[in-house]
Amino acid sequence: MKMLNRAIAGAALLALAACAPSTAPSASGGDDKSGTLRVWLFDEPNRAPKEKVVGEAIKEFTAANPGVTVEVSYIPTTPARHEKFKGAFNDPASAPDVAEYGNTDLAEYAAAGGFADLNEDLRAWPEGRDIGTDLLRSATVDGKVYGLPWYIGIRALYYRTDVFGELKLKPPTSLKELTSTARTIREKRPDLYGVAVGGEYTFGALPFVWSFGGDLEKLDGAGSREGVKAYTDLLADDNCPPQACAGLTGGRTVELFAGGKAAMGILGNFNRSAVDAGPAAGKYAVVPLPGAEPGSIAPAFAGGNNLGVMKSSRHRSLAVKFLELLGGKTYQTKMYEAMGNLPTLTSAREELAAKEAFLKPFLDTVAAGTRFVPVDPAWVKIDNQKVIPTMLQKVATKQATVEQATTEAAAAVKAAFGGS
Amino acid sequence: MTTLTTAPAGPSTRAGTPPRRRGGPRPWLYLLPSAAVLVPLLGYPVYMLGLLSVFDYRQAQVSGGEPTRFIGLANYAALAGDGRFWSVLGQTVAFAAALVVATLAVGAALAVVLTRAARVPRLLLSLAAMAAWAAPAVTGSTVWMFLFDADLGLVNQVLGLDGFNWFYDKWVAFGIVGATVVWHSFPFVMVTLYAGIQAIPASVLEAAALDGASAWHAFWRVMVPMLRPLITIVVIQSIIWDFKIFTQVYVMTSGGGIAGQNTVLNVYAYQTAFGSSEYGLGSAIGVVMTLILLAVTLLYLRALYRGGEKL
Repeated sequence: MKMLNRAIAGAALLALAACAPSTAPSASGGDDKSGTLRVWLFDEPNRAPKEKVVGEAIKEFTAANPGVTVEVSYIPTTPARHEKFKGAFNDPASAPDVAEYGNTDLAEYAAAGGFADLNEDLRAWPEGRDIGTDLLRSATVDGKVYGLPWYIGIRALYYRTDVFGELKLKPPTSLKELTSTARTIREKRPDLYGVAVGGEYTFGALPFVWSFGGDLEKLDGAGSREGVKAYTDLLADDNCPPQACAGLTGGRTVELFAGGKAAMGILGNFNRSAVDAGPAAGKYAVVPLPGAEPGSIAPAFAGGNNLGVMKSSRHRSLAVKFLELLGGKTYQTKMYEAMGNLPTLTSAREELAAKEAFLKPFLDTVAAGTRFVPVDPAWVKIDNQKVIPTMLQKVATKQATVEQATTEAAAAVKAAFGGS
Repeated sequence: MTTLTTAPAGPSTRAGTPPRRRGGPRPWLYLLPSAAVLVPLLGYPVYMLGLLSVFDYRQAQVSGGEPTRFIGLANYAALAGDGRFWSVLGQTVAFAAALVVATLAVGAALAVVLTRAARVPRLLLSLAAMAAWAAPAVTGSTVWMFLFDADLGLVNQVLGLDGFNWFYDKWVAFGIVGATVVWHSFPFVMVTLYAGIQAIPASVLEAAALDGASAWHAFWRVMVPMLRPLITIVVIQSIIWDFKIFTQVYVMTSGGGIAGQNTVLNVYAYQTAFGSSEYGLGSAIGVVMTLILLAVTLLYLRALYRGGEKL
C-alpha cells in the first residue's frame, strides 16, 4: 500500500511542470454529433443482467442516432475508482463522455471540476421533473446539478419472523422499542444478537442521529448525542457485545443477519439476494427502521449512483441524450427488474410499489424523507479519517463518554469543513 | 546528462590541491553512473516532495483549475499542532523499535539454527522462510487475518475460543500485526546473517571451541563482532522497513483498528492526506518521515563509529 501512496504522489507529480506545482488545463469539450460515445459504468458482482439492459439501451440509441457508436467500459467499485476518475479529469483524452458514479463521491469530483452542470438539460427534460428534491440534492453542489440520480439504495429493518413468533414479539415502532426488543431476544436466545449493529456502520448509525434531530454538522448537539447514545447502547453485552461488534462494518452486519446469527439487522433493499441465499431465507420480513417518536420512521440515508456527463466530453448533447435514455423511466424500471436497483423517478417507483410487496417498507421510508451526507469535499475527509466509526467505537469500548466522543468528533468535522 | 554540470564541487576543491587527493574530478567521474540513475529517480521526487509540502495543493489544484498557493510552513504547523499526529508518531516509533528487536532476534536465532541443522531440516526451514519472504504483504496479511478470524479462524477453532476477537484489544492486535510483520521480514535477516556466518572461517570457531567457549559465548564474542557490518546493514534496513509499515496494519486492522487505536504514521498519512487528496499536507508528513529516518540512521552510524568499529 506504500506503493499506492507513491503512485498517488507520482500521479500528482506527473501533473506538474518542471519547477513549480501547476494545474492541468481545464479542458472544455465540444459538441460533435457523430463518432464514438464512451460510457463508464460500474462493474457488479453479477454483471450479466446489467449488461443486457444497457445493451438494449445502446441498440435503441444507435438506431435513433445514425453514425454514432457507444462503447461501454465496466470499471471496478474498489477505492481504485478514485484514481481512475482523477486520471480521467486530468487527461481528457482518456476520459469517458458519460460516467456512473457513487453519490457520496460527488463532492470530490465536483471540486475536481470533472463533471458538467446538467441543470438546464434536466429542467428541459419532461421526465426530469419527476425526481424528488431530496434526491436531486444528492447530485447538486453549489446550485449546480452534476448528474442524474440513476438509482438509490435504502436501508430498513429486517427481522426474523420465526424468532419473533417464538418469543411472541412485535416489530418495534420506535427506537426505544427496538432496543428493548433486541435485549429481550438476546436474553431469551443467547445464541442470537438482538439487532446486528457495527462500530464501523456509519449509515446504520446516522438514521439514529437524524431521528433525534441531530446532524453531522453538529454532532455535539443534544439531538446528535441522544442518537449516538441510542446507537451505542446497542453495542453492549445485552445485544451485540463490543468484543464482537465494535469492529463490524455494515457489510459484516449483513452477513450476521443473513447467516442467521442476528434476529434483526439494518439492511438495504440491495441486500435481499444475500439474505435469500442464507439460512434466514424465507424466515424474515422488513419494516421501516422506526424513529425516535413512536410510529415514526427514522430518516434513511439515500445512497445511490448518479449518471454524469464529463466536462471534457466532445459529444455533449449526444451524451445528455444517452444519459436521459438510460436514466429515463423505461430503463430505470428495466434496471430494477434486472438488478433490484430502486428507481429515482417517483412515477416509476409508484408503479413498482403497486406490483412488489417487498419494496413497500423501503418506499415508505423514501416517502417519509431521506437524508444525505454533506455534499462537500469535507465529507470525503470525514469518511477517510473515520470520524464517525471512531466516535462510535470509543463510546462502545468505554474509552470515552458520549459527551467526550461527540465533542471530539464535532471538532474533527469542523476541522474538515474549515480546511477545505 | 545535466548531472555533469552540477556534479563537480566548488572551486575550492580544485584550486591548489594535488590532483591525486580528494579534490580531483576522478571521484566524481566514478560517481557519474550511479548519479545518473539516482538523481532523476530519487533526487527529483524528494525535491518535489519538499516543494509540494510548502504549497496548498489539493485535488482542486491538480485538476480543478484553482491556482496553487505558496503557504510556507503552514502544512508543518498544522502537523505540529495536531495532537493525534504526535500520539501516532510515538506509537509508531515504539512499535517499530519492538519490531526491529523481534525481527533481529528471530532472524539471528534461526540463522544459527540453520548452520547447525542437518540437511533436510535446513532445507525445510529455508523453504518455509523463502515462502514467507516471497508472499506479497497483502496476501500474507490476509492469510494471517483469516487465521485469527473471530468466527472461522483456525486459531480460535484449535484453541476452542469461538468468537474471541483478537483485534479488539489494542495490545493483542499490535501483537498479531507485529507477528505478521516479523514473519514477513525475518527471512532477509536470517539469510543475510546465515551467509555471513558461513563466511566465518571454521578455524576461528574451532579455536574458540578449543579455548572452551560455549555456543552462546561463541555467538556473542566471535560471530557477532565478525558480522558487525552485516548486522549494521540489517538493522538499518529493518528500521526503515518497520518505521514505514503500512500494509499489515491497513489490511489486518481494517485501516487502524477499533477507534483508530492501531494507527501508525503511514496509515495516518494515507487517511488524512492522500485519501482526502491533501497532497500538500501528505508531502509534509512524507518529509517529516524522511527526516526522522535519516536522523535515526545517522545517529546509529555515528554511535557505531564512536564505538571504535570500522564498518
